[in-house]
Amino acid sequence: MTTTTQETPGSGKNRWTNFFIVQAWLVLLLASFFGAALAGIQLTLAPKIEANKLNETLEKVPELILGADAARASKDSGQQMEINRQYMTAGTKTYSVFKAEKDNQTAGWVVKASGQGYADKIELLVGVDETVNTITGLFVLDQKETPGLGNKIMEPDWRRQFVSKPTHLLLTAVKTKADGPGEISAITGATISSKAVCDIVNQSLNNLRQPLAKAASDKKKPSEKQQEKN
Amino acid sequence: MADQPTAFERFTQGILPENPVYRQLLGLCPVLAVTNSVQGAMTMAGAVLFVLLCANVIISLIRDLLKPHLRIVIFTLTIATFVTIVDRFLAAYMYQMSKNLGPYIPLIIVNCIIICRCEVCASKQSVFTAASDAVGQSLGFALALASIASVREILGTGMFFGFRVLPEMWPDWVIMVLPPGAFLTFGLLLGAVNWVAARKKG
Repeated sequence: MTTTTQETPGSGKNRWTNFFIVQAWLVLLLASFFGAALAGIQLTLAPKIEANKLNETLEKVPELILGADAARASKDSGQQMEINRQYMTAGTKTYSVFKAEKDNQTAGWVVKASGQGYADKIELLVGVDETVNTITGLFVLDQKETPGLGNKIMEPDWRRQFVSKPTHLLLTAVKTKADGPGEISAITGATISSKAVCDIVNQSLNNLRQPLAKAASDKKKPSEKQQEKN
Repeated sequence: MADQPTAFERFTQGILPENPVYRQLLGLCPVLAVTNSVQGAMTMAGAVLFVLLCANVIISLIRDLLKPHLRIVIFTLTIATFVTIVDRFLAAYMYQMSKNLGPYIPLIIVNCIIICRCEVCASKQSVFTAASDAVGQSLGFALALASIASVREILGTGMFFGFRVLPEMWPDWVIMVLPPGAFLTFGLLLGAVNWVAARKKG
Protein backbone atom coordinates (compact mmCIF):
# COMPACT_ATOMS: atom_id res chain seq x y z
CA MET A 1 0.00 0.00 0.00
CA THR A 2 1.30 3.39 -0.89
CA THR A 3 0.13 6.64 0.51
CA THR A 4 0.52 9.72 -1.60
CA THR A 5 0.62 13.13 -0.08
CA GLN A 6 -1.37 15.55 -2.13
CA GLU A 7 0.40 18.68 -3.16
CA THR A 8 -1.03 21.48 -5.19
CA PRO A 9 0.97 21.94 -8.34
CA GLY A 10 2.96 25.12 -8.90
CA SER A 11 3.63 27.49 -6.06
CA GLY A 12 0.83 26.29 -3.81
CA LYS A 13 0.79 29.04 -1.27
CA ASN A 14 0.46 31.81 -3.83
CA ARG A 15 -2.46 30.16 -5.54
CA TRP A 16 -4.22 29.75 -2.21
CA THR A 17 -3.81 33.36 -1.13
CA ASN A 18 -4.94 34.61 -4.53
CA PHE A 19 -8.15 32.61 -4.34
CA PHE A 20 -10.96 35.17 -4.32
CA ILE A 21 -12.69 33.92 -1.18
CA VAL A 22 -9.45 34.21 0.78
CA GLN A 23 -8.94 37.69 -0.62
CA ALA A 24 -12.39 38.71 0.45
CA TRP A 25 -12.40 37.12 3.90
CA LEU A 26 -12.82 40.47 5.62
CA VAL A 27 -15.72 41.47 3.37
CA LEU A 28 -17.46 38.17 4.04
CA LEU A 29 -16.86 38.35 7.76
CA LEU A 30 -18.10 41.93 8.01
CA ALA A 31 -21.09 41.17 5.79
CA SER A 32 -22.24 38.32 8.02
CA PHE A 33 -21.56 40.33 11.15
CA PHE A 34 -23.44 43.39 9.90
CA GLY A 35 -26.21 41.18 8.55
CA ALA A 36 -26.74 39.66 11.97
CA ALA A 37 -26.68 43.10 13.61
CA LEU A 38 -29.30 44.42 11.17
CA ALA A 39 -31.47 41.37 11.72
CA GLY A 40 -31.35 42.11 15.44
CA ILE A 41 -32.27 45.76 14.88
CA GLN A 42 -35.12 44.76 12.61
CA LEU A 43 -36.46 42.27 15.16
CA THR A 44 -36.44 44.85 17.96
CA LEU A 45 -37.77 47.83 16.01
CA ALA A 46 -40.24 46.21 13.58
CA PRO A 47 -43.16 46.00 16.07
CA LYS A 48 -42.72 49.69 16.93
CA ILE A 49 -42.64 50.71 13.25
CA GLU A 50 -45.73 48.62 12.53
CA ALA A 51 -47.52 50.28 15.45
CA ASN A 52 -46.62 53.72 14.05
CA LYS A 53 -48.02 52.76 10.66
CA LEU A 54 -51.18 51.39 12.26
CA ASN A 55 -51.69 54.64 14.17
CA GLU A 56 -51.29 56.64 11.00
CA THR A 57 -53.70 54.34 9.20
CA LEU A 58 -56.34 54.71 11.88
CA GLU A 59 -55.90 58.46 11.75
CA LYS A 60 -56.38 58.49 7.98
CA VAL A 61 -59.42 56.21 7.80
CA PRO A 62 -62.14 58.91 8.23
CA GLU A 63 -60.45 61.12 5.63
CA LEU A 64 -60.20 58.25 3.15
CA ILE A 65 -63.87 57.37 3.47
CA LEU A 66 -65.55 60.74 3.92
CA GLY A 67 -63.09 63.01 2.14
CA ALA A 68 -60.82 65.53 3.87
CA ASP A 69 -63.40 68.27 4.48
CA ALA A 70 -66.18 66.03 5.74
CA ALA A 71 -63.71 64.16 7.95
CA ARG A 72 -62.56 67.40 9.55
CA ALA A 73 -66.15 68.56 10.04
CA SER A 74 -67.15 65.28 11.66
CA LYS A 75 -64.10 65.41 13.91
CA ASP A 76 -64.92 68.98 14.95
CA SER A 77 -68.48 68.04 15.77
CA GLY A 78 -67.12 65.31 18.03
CA GLN A 79 -68.44 62.40 16.01
CA GLN A 80 -66.21 59.40 16.26
CA MET A 81 -65.95 56.64 13.74
CA GLU A 82 -65.58 53.18 15.09
CA ILE A 83 -62.78 51.44 13.28
CA ASN A 84 -62.30 47.68 13.37
CA ARG A 85 -59.35 45.91 11.92
CA GLN A 86 -59.76 42.52 10.31
CA TYR A 87 -57.77 40.29 8.02
CA MET A 88 -59.12 39.01 4.74
CA THR A 89 -57.52 36.44 2.52
CA ALA A 90 -58.31 36.81 -1.12
CA GLY A 91 -56.40 35.28 -3.98
CA THR A 92 -52.92 34.55 -2.69
CA LYS A 93 -52.69 37.58 -0.40
CA THR A 94 -53.90 38.47 3.04
CA TYR A 95 -55.04 42.05 3.42
CA SER A 96 -55.53 44.21 6.47
CA VAL A 97 -58.99 45.68 6.11
CA PHE A 98 -60.31 48.48 8.28
CA LYS A 99 -64.05 48.71 8.65
CA ALA A 100 -65.35 52.11 9.63
CA GLU A 101 -68.72 52.38 11.34
CA LYS A 102 -70.67 55.50 12.06
CA ASP A 103 -73.84 55.34 14.15
CA ASN A 104 -73.67 51.53 13.95
CA GLN A 105 -73.75 51.60 10.17
CA THR A 106 -70.91 50.67 7.91
CA ALA A 107 -69.53 53.89 6.50
CA GLY A 108 -66.89 52.31 4.33
CA TRP A 109 -63.77 50.22 4.16
CA VAL A 110 -60.08 50.98 3.99
CA VAL A 111 -57.81 48.35 2.47
CA LYS A 112 -54.08 48.28 3.04
CA ALA A 113 -52.48 47.13 -0.19
CA SER A 114 -48.89 46.89 -1.27
CA GLY A 115 -46.90 46.05 -4.35
CA GLN A 116 -43.67 46.67 -6.17
CA GLY A 117 -43.05 50.26 -7.23
CA TYR A 118 -40.16 51.64 -9.27
CA ALA A 119 -37.63 51.64 -6.42
CA ASP A 120 -39.13 49.63 -3.60
CA LYS A 121 -42.38 48.37 -2.17
CA ILE A 122 -45.24 50.89 -2.20
CA GLU A 123 -47.83 50.64 0.57
CA LEU A 124 -51.20 52.20 -0.07
CA LEU A 125 -54.43 52.73 1.80
CA VAL A 126 -57.46 52.50 -0.47
CA GLY A 127 -60.79 53.76 0.84
CA VAL A 128 -64.06 52.44 -0.66
CA ASP A 129 -67.70 53.11 0.17
CA GLU A 130 -69.77 50.59 2.11
CA THR A 131 -71.11 48.81 -0.97
CA VAL A 132 -67.61 48.72 -2.51
CA ASN A 133 -68.77 50.45 -5.69
CA THR A 134 -66.56 53.52 -5.73
CA ILE A 135 -63.15 54.51 -4.45
CA THR A 136 -63.44 57.21 -1.80
CA GLY A 137 -59.79 57.95 -1.14
CA LEU A 138 -56.18 56.95 -1.60
CA PHE A 139 -53.23 57.49 0.70
CA VAL A 140 -49.57 56.51 0.36
CA LEU A 141 -48.38 54.93 3.59
CA ASP A 142 -44.84 54.08 2.54
CA GLN A 143 -42.78 54.57 -0.59
CA LYS A 144 -39.20 55.08 -1.67
CA GLU A 145 -39.76 56.37 -5.21
CA THR A 146 -37.40 58.83 -6.87
CA PRO A 147 -37.56 62.23 -5.12
CA GLY A 148 -39.06 64.88 -7.40
CA LEU A 149 -40.53 62.37 -9.84
CA GLY A 150 -41.98 59.16 -8.46
CA ASN A 151 -42.60 60.52 -5.00
CA LYS A 152 -45.23 62.83 -6.48
CA ILE A 153 -47.62 59.89 -6.01
CA MET A 154 -47.92 61.24 -2.47
CA GLU A 155 -49.29 64.59 -3.60
CA PRO A 156 -52.96 65.18 -2.80
CA ASP A 157 -53.66 66.59 -6.26
CA TRP A 158 -52.55 63.42 -7.95
CA ARG A 159 -54.23 61.10 -5.46
CA ARG A 160 -57.51 62.99 -5.85
CA GLN A 161 -57.88 61.50 -9.34
CA PHE A 162 -58.71 58.15 -7.78
CA VAL A 163 -61.63 59.51 -5.77
CA SER A 164 -65.08 58.43 -7.05
CA LYS A 165 -63.63 56.04 -9.63
CA PRO A 166 -65.80 52.92 -9.95
CA THR A 167 -64.20 49.81 -8.47
CA HIS A 168 -65.29 47.43 -11.23
CA LEU A 169 -63.11 49.17 -13.82
CA LEU A 170 -59.42 48.42 -14.12
CA LEU A 171 -57.58 51.71 -13.72
CA THR A 172 -54.92 52.56 -16.27
CA ALA A 173 -52.29 55.26 -16.13
CA VAL A 174 -52.27 57.21 -19.39
CA LYS A 175 -49.65 59.67 -20.55
CA THR A 176 -52.19 61.97 -22.17
CA LYS A 177 -55.02 63.79 -20.46
CA ALA A 178 -57.21 61.30 -18.62
CA ASP A 179 -60.62 61.29 -20.32
CA GLY A 180 -61.95 57.74 -20.02
CA PRO A 181 -63.77 56.57 -16.92
CA GLY A 182 -60.94 54.33 -15.71
CA GLU A 183 -58.08 56.58 -16.69
CA ILE A 184 -55.57 58.22 -14.38
CA SER A 185 -53.14 60.70 -15.87
CA ALA A 186 -49.62 59.51 -15.14
CA ILE A 187 -47.04 61.74 -13.49
CA THR A 188 -44.63 63.14 -16.06
CA GLY A 189 -41.34 61.30 -15.76
CA ALA A 190 -42.78 58.72 -13.41
CA THR A 191 -44.94 56.49 -15.57
CA ILE A 192 -43.75 53.35 -13.81
CA SER A 193 -44.61 54.66 -10.35
CA SER A 194 -48.02 55.81 -11.59
CA LYS A 195 -48.71 52.44 -13.21
CA ALA A 196 -47.55 50.64 -10.08
CA VAL A 197 -50.07 52.55 -7.95
CA CYS A 198 -52.88 51.76 -10.42
CA ASP A 199 -51.88 48.09 -10.48
CA ILE A 200 -51.82 47.81 -6.70
CA VAL A 201 -55.25 49.43 -6.46
CA ASN A 202 -56.63 47.21 -9.25
CA GLN A 203 -55.28 44.01 -7.80
CA SER A 204 -56.44 44.64 -4.26
CA LEU A 205 -59.92 45.79 -5.28
CA ASN A 206 -60.27 42.93 -7.74
CA ASN A 207 -59.45 40.49 -4.98
CA LEU A 208 -61.51 42.10 -2.27
CA ARG A 209 -64.55 43.54 -4.02
CA GLN A 210 -66.71 40.46 -3.62
CA PRO A 211 -65.62 39.41 -0.10
CA LEU A 212 -66.10 42.96 1.14
CA ALA A 213 -69.52 43.40 -0.45
CA LYS A 214 -70.53 40.06 1.01
CA ALA A 215 -69.26 41.06 4.45
CA ALA A 216 -71.15 44.33 4.20
CA SER A 217 -74.46 42.63 3.38
CA ASP A 218 -73.88 39.90 6.00
CA LYS A 219 -73.26 42.44 8.68
CA LYS A 220 -76.40 44.33 7.84
CA LYS A 221 -78.72 41.41 8.51
CA PRO A 222 -77.96 40.86 12.21
CA SER A 223 -78.30 44.54 12.96
CA GLU A 224 -81.61 44.69 11.14
CA LYS A 225 -82.79 41.74 13.15
CA GLN A 226 -81.80 43.46 16.31
CA GLN A 227 -83.74 46.52 15.34
CA GLU A 228 -86.81 44.41 14.68
CA LYS A 229 -86.52 42.88 18.13
CA ASN A 230 -86.24 46.26 19.73
CA MET B 1 3.48 59.17 8.66
CA ALA B 2 4.54 62.33 10.34
CA ASP B 3 2.78 64.74 8.02
CA GLN B 4 -0.73 63.50 8.88
CA PRO B 5 -2.81 66.07 10.79
CA THR B 6 -3.35 65.45 14.50
CA ALA B 7 -6.71 64.66 16.04
CA PHE B 8 -7.26 68.27 17.09
CA GLU B 9 -6.35 69.58 13.65
CA ARG B 10 -8.73 67.10 12.05
CA PHE B 11 -11.49 68.27 14.39
CA THR B 12 -11.09 72.00 13.78
CA GLN B 13 -10.47 71.68 10.06
CA GLY B 14 -13.80 69.96 9.56
CA ILE B 15 -15.78 72.79 11.08
CA LEU B 16 -14.68 75.76 8.98
CA PRO B 17 -11.37 75.58 7.02
CA GLU B 18 -12.40 72.31 5.33
CA ASN B 19 -16.15 72.60 5.80
CA PRO B 20 -17.61 69.66 3.85
CA VAL B 21 -20.34 71.78 2.26
CA TYR B 22 -18.88 75.25 1.79
CA ARG B 23 -15.25 74.32 1.14
CA GLN B 24 -15.31 70.78 -0.24
CA LEU B 25 -18.76 71.01 -1.89
CA LEU B 26 -19.53 67.43 -0.88
CA GLY B 27 -22.84 65.87 0.10
CA LEU B 28 -24.92 68.50 -1.67
CA CYS B 29 -27.93 66.26 -2.23
CA PRO B 30 -29.18 66.49 1.38
CA VAL B 31 -27.97 70.11 1.55
CA LEU B 32 -30.41 71.05 -1.19
CA ALA B 33 -33.16 68.57 -0.39
CA VAL B 34 -33.83 68.68 3.36
CA THR B 35 -33.04 72.29 4.24
CA ASN B 36 -36.57 73.65 3.94
CA SER B 37 -37.00 73.30 7.69
CA VAL B 38 -34.44 73.55 10.46
CA GLN B 39 -35.86 70.53 12.28
CA GLY B 40 -35.47 68.32 9.22
CA ALA B 41 -31.98 69.65 8.59
CA MET B 42 -30.88 68.97 12.17
CA THR B 43 -32.29 65.44 12.05
CA MET B 44 -30.30 64.86 8.89
CA ALA B 45 -27.17 66.29 10.52
CA GLY B 46 -27.65 64.00 13.52
CA ALA B 47 -28.05 61.00 11.26
CA VAL B 48 -24.88 61.93 9.36
CA LEU B 49 -22.98 62.38 12.65
CA PHE B 50 -23.99 58.90 13.81
CA VAL B 51 -23.18 57.21 10.50
CA LEU B 52 -19.89 59.04 10.00
CA LEU B 53 -18.70 58.45 13.55
CA CYS B 54 -19.52 54.74 13.49
CA ALA B 55 -18.12 54.19 10.00
CA ASN B 56 -14.91 56.09 10.78
CA VAL B 57 -14.33 54.16 14.02
CA ILE B 58 -14.94 50.75 12.41
CA ILE B 59 -12.78 51.53 9.38
CA SER B 60 -10.01 52.87 11.58
CA LEU B 61 -10.10 49.71 13.73
CA ILE B 62 -9.67 47.44 10.72
CA ARG B 63 -7.39 49.77 8.74
CA ASP B 64 -4.43 47.38 8.82
CA LEU B 65 -6.51 44.58 7.33
CA LEU B 66 -7.81 46.60 4.37
CA LYS B 67 -6.67 45.54 0.93
CA PRO B 68 -6.42 48.35 -1.60
CA HIS B 69 -8.67 46.73 -4.17
CA LEU B 70 -11.35 45.76 -1.65
CA ARG B 71 -11.45 48.85 0.54
CA ILE B 72 -14.32 50.63 -1.23
CA VAL B 73 -16.54 47.55 -0.85
CA ILE B 74 -15.81 47.51 2.87
CA PHE B 75 -16.46 51.25 3.24
CA THR B 76 -19.80 50.95 1.48
CA LEU B 77 -20.79 47.87 3.46
CA THR B 78 -20.05 49.59 6.76
CA ILE B 79 -21.79 52.82 5.80
CA ALA B 80 -24.87 51.01 4.47
CA THR B 81 -25.22 49.08 7.71
CA PHE B 82 -25.23 52.17 9.89
CA VAL B 83 -27.52 54.07 7.54
CA THR B 84 -30.03 51.23 7.73
CA ILE B 85 -29.84 51.35 11.52
CA VAL B 86 -30.56 55.11 11.50
CA ASP B 87 -33.38 54.65 9.02
CA ARG B 88 -35.11 51.99 11.13
CA PHE B 89 -34.51 53.97 14.30
CA LEU B 90 -36.14 57.10 12.86
CA ALA B 91 -39.08 55.09 11.54
CA ALA B 92 -39.60 53.66 15.02
CA TYR B 93 -39.10 56.73 17.20
CA MET B 94 -39.52 59.79 14.95
CA TYR B 95 -42.10 58.45 12.52
CA GLN B 96 -43.36 61.75 11.13
CA MET B 97 -39.83 63.07 10.65
CA SER B 98 -38.87 59.85 8.93
CA LYS B 99 -41.77 60.31 6.52
CA ASN B 100 -40.79 63.95 5.88
CA LEU B 101 -37.19 63.07 5.12
CA GLY B 102 -38.35 60.13 3.02
CA PRO B 103 -35.65 58.57 0.85
CA TYR B 104 -32.98 61.07 1.91
CA ILE B 105 -32.07 59.02 4.98
CA PRO B 106 -31.34 55.85 2.94
CA LEU B 107 -29.51 58.13 0.50
CA ILE B 108 -26.89 58.93 3.17
CA ILE B 109 -25.28 55.71 1.91
CA VAL B 110 -24.15 57.58 -1.19
CA ASN B 111 -23.27 60.78 0.68
CA CYS B 112 -19.70 61.31 -0.45
CA ILE B 113 -18.66 63.13 2.75
CA ILE B 114 -18.69 59.82 4.59
CA ILE B 115 -16.82 57.72 2.05
CA CYS B 116 -14.38 60.61 1.62
CA ARG B 117 -13.59 60.71 5.38
CA CYS B 118 -13.20 56.92 5.47
CA GLU B 119 -10.71 57.14 2.60
CA VAL B 120 -8.83 60.28 3.63
CA CYS B 121 -8.66 59.87 7.38
CA ALA B 122 -10.08 56.71 8.93
CA SER B 123 -8.25 54.20 6.73
CA LYS B 124 -4.91 55.84 7.62
CA GLN B 125 -5.11 57.17 11.16
CA SER B 126 -5.83 56.01 14.70
CA VAL B 127 -9.31 55.48 16.12
CA PHE B 128 -9.20 58.64 18.21
CA THR B 129 -8.12 60.80 15.27
CA ALA B 130 -10.76 59.22 13.06
CA ALA B 131 -13.46 59.84 15.66
CA SER B 132 -12.55 63.49 16.15
CA ASP B 133 -12.39 63.89 12.38
CA ALA B 134 -15.91 62.46 12.15
CA VAL B 135 -17.24 64.81 14.82
CA GLY B 136 -15.53 67.84 13.27
CA GLN B 137 -16.78 67.11 9.76
CA SER B 138 -20.29 66.42 11.07
CA LEU B 139 -20.32 69.69 12.98
CA GLY B 140 -19.24 71.49 9.82
CA PHE B 141 -21.99 69.72 7.92
CA ALA B 142 -24.55 70.58 10.62
CA LEU B 143 -23.43 74.21 10.59
CA ALA B 144 -23.84 74.43 6.82
CA LEU B 145 -27.27 72.76 6.92
CA ALA B 146 -28.38 74.99 9.78
CA SER B 147 -27.33 78.19 8.00
CA ILE B 148 -29.13 77.28 4.78
CA ALA B 149 -32.20 75.90 6.54
CA SER B 150 -32.51 78.99 8.78
CA VAL B 151 -32.56 81.35 5.81
CA ARG B 152 -35.03 79.20 3.92
CA GLU B 153 -37.39 78.52 6.81
CA ILE B 154 -37.45 82.11 8.07
CA LEU B 155 -38.00 83.69 4.67
CA GLY B 156 -40.24 80.91 3.38
CA THR B 157 -42.59 80.44 6.31
CA GLY B 158 -41.76 83.21 8.81
CA MET B 159 -40.90 80.51 11.34
CA PHE B 160 -37.72 79.23 12.93
CA PHE B 161 -37.62 75.72 14.35
CA GLY B 162 -41.41 75.70 14.16
CA PHE B 163 -41.82 78.96 16.12
CA ARG B 164 -42.97 82.19 14.51
CA VAL B 165 -40.19 84.79 14.38
CA LEU B 166 -41.39 87.19 11.70
CA PRO B 167 -44.65 89.16 12.18
CA GLU B 168 -47.87 87.65 10.84
CA MET B 169 -47.96 90.23 8.06
CA TRP B 170 -44.79 88.75 6.53
CA PRO B 171 -45.69 87.52 3.04
CA ASP B 172 -44.21 84.02 3.02
CA TRP B 173 -41.72 83.66 0.20
CA VAL B 174 -42.97 80.22 -0.76
CA ILE B 175 -40.22 79.86 -3.35
CA MET B 176 -37.68 79.65 -0.53
CA VAL B 177 -39.07 76.35 0.76
CA LEU B 178 -39.37 74.97 -2.78
CA PRO B 179 -36.37 73.51 -4.65
CA PRO B 180 -35.35 76.80 -6.37
CA GLY B 181 -34.98 78.40 -2.93
CA ALA B 182 -32.40 75.77 -2.04
CA PHE B 183 -30.24 76.66 -5.04
CA LEU B 184 -30.62 80.40 -4.52
CA THR B 185 -29.80 80.28 -0.81
CA PHE B 186 -26.92 77.87 -1.23
CA GLY B 187 -25.43 79.86 -4.10
CA LEU B 188 -25.62 83.17 -2.26
CA LEU B 189 -24.25 81.76 1.00
CA LEU B 190 -21.45 79.96 -0.84
CA GLY B 191 -20.57 83.22 -2.57
CA ALA B 192 -20.57 85.04 0.77
CA VAL B 193 -18.30 82.43 2.39
CA ASN B 194 -15.85 82.63 -0.50
CA TRP B 195 -15.91 86.43 -0.43
CA VAL B 196 -15.12 86.48 3.29
CA ALA B 197 -12.37 83.88 2.81
CA ALA B 198 -10.82 85.88 -0.03
CA ARG B 199 -10.87 89.10 2.00
CA LYS B 200 -9.26 87.35 4.96
CA LYS B 201 -6.39 86.20 2.77
CA GLY B 202 -5.93 89.83 1.90
